Amino acid sequence: MEQNSFKKGIVDGLPICIGYFAVSFAFGIFAVSNGLTWLEAVLISMTNLTSAGQLAGAPIIAGGGTFAELAISQLVINSRYSLMSVSLSQRLSGKVKLWQRLIIAFGNTDEIFAVATANPNMVGEKYMYGLILTPLLGWTGGTLLGAVAGDILPAIVVTSLGVAIYGMFIAIVVPQIKRERSAAVCAGIAVAFSCALYYVPVIREIPDGFKIIICAIAAALIAAILFPIGKKEGEAND
Amino acid sequence: MISEGFLAYLLVIAGTTYLVRMIPLVLCKKKIENRFVLSFLHYVPIAVLSAMTIPAIFYATDSIYTAAVGFISAVVLAYFSQSLVTVAAVSCLSVLAVELILKLF
Repeated sequence: MEQNSFKKGIVDGLPICIGYFAVSFAFGIFAVSNGLTWLEAVLISMTNLTSAGQLAGAPIIAGGGTFAELAISQLVINSRYSLMSVSLSQRLSGKVKLWQRLIIAFGNTDEIFAVATANPNMVGEKYMYGLILTPLLGWTGGTLLGAVAGDILPAIVVTSLGVAIYGMFIAIVVPQIKRERSAAVCAGIAVAFSCALYYVPVIREIPDGFKIIICAIAAALIAAILFPIGKKEGEAND
Repeated sequence: MISEGFLAYLLVIAGTTYLVRMIPLVLCKKKIENRFVLSFLHYVPIAVLSAMTIPAIFYATDSIYTAAVGFISAVVLAYFSQSLVTVAAVSCLSVLAVELILKLF
């Protein structure tokens, strides 16, 4: 069985699109307040499709920082995507060609990755294109609106939209936790690490990009040692 | 509308972000057979999402209380397996409702 419907991808990408719209709206406001033009903000969103990296990069660009500074900030913050790309590579159908992988790689964001890998079946390129297209439109459109008309939405609405992305994460994680005890343990370990890295002095200074990697590797390693997946669960990888 | 030198910056930021995503996806073409590595990769998504959600969600709104309402409503709806859109939307709406109530009093 393989999921390769462009239409299904578009539909599955819709909640990501809505969540992205809210987040990128904030990015648009932020970029312009840092001195970038609306067109520059939109171009950054259209070509990067990443939240934390853009938030760190915009002030560097606006402030005339060095290319090295810009590149290193992106490497650190976005390094988690490498891990996700390895994981996603095991879920792509064998029929996906090299040039198609080159396109899919562009859209491997936290949320798109999450939805793609939550799929019980292997995924094909058409599904992935759809799953990338809707969020890309939301991300770019939100940036545009935030940049040109950041103050039209009441602050209270912008605030409420802040939980959209997390609501989506919860909608992916909770049903898995309900199904498998191993997933619950893994999530618990990840949260413990994440809280430690957020609150404990000294280690909380670690850049956010590294924090996610540390939590993910630690929790996934421990879960893999405690609950190695059996032949049956591994079927998704066949 | 585009400042001088901006396109070079754009190339650096977009290029770095793309390479980080592209290299592993292109290099790992073969199916991994090692059971431990497969297990590890199996748990990566849930580990990433859990770590990104907590504690960050509690600081995603103006107050930790309204954020907590958003968190709890999302968990309850997700437990009853509602769709991603429903969970995200209701979570936002419940935060909005509480923010409005707090504003009134």
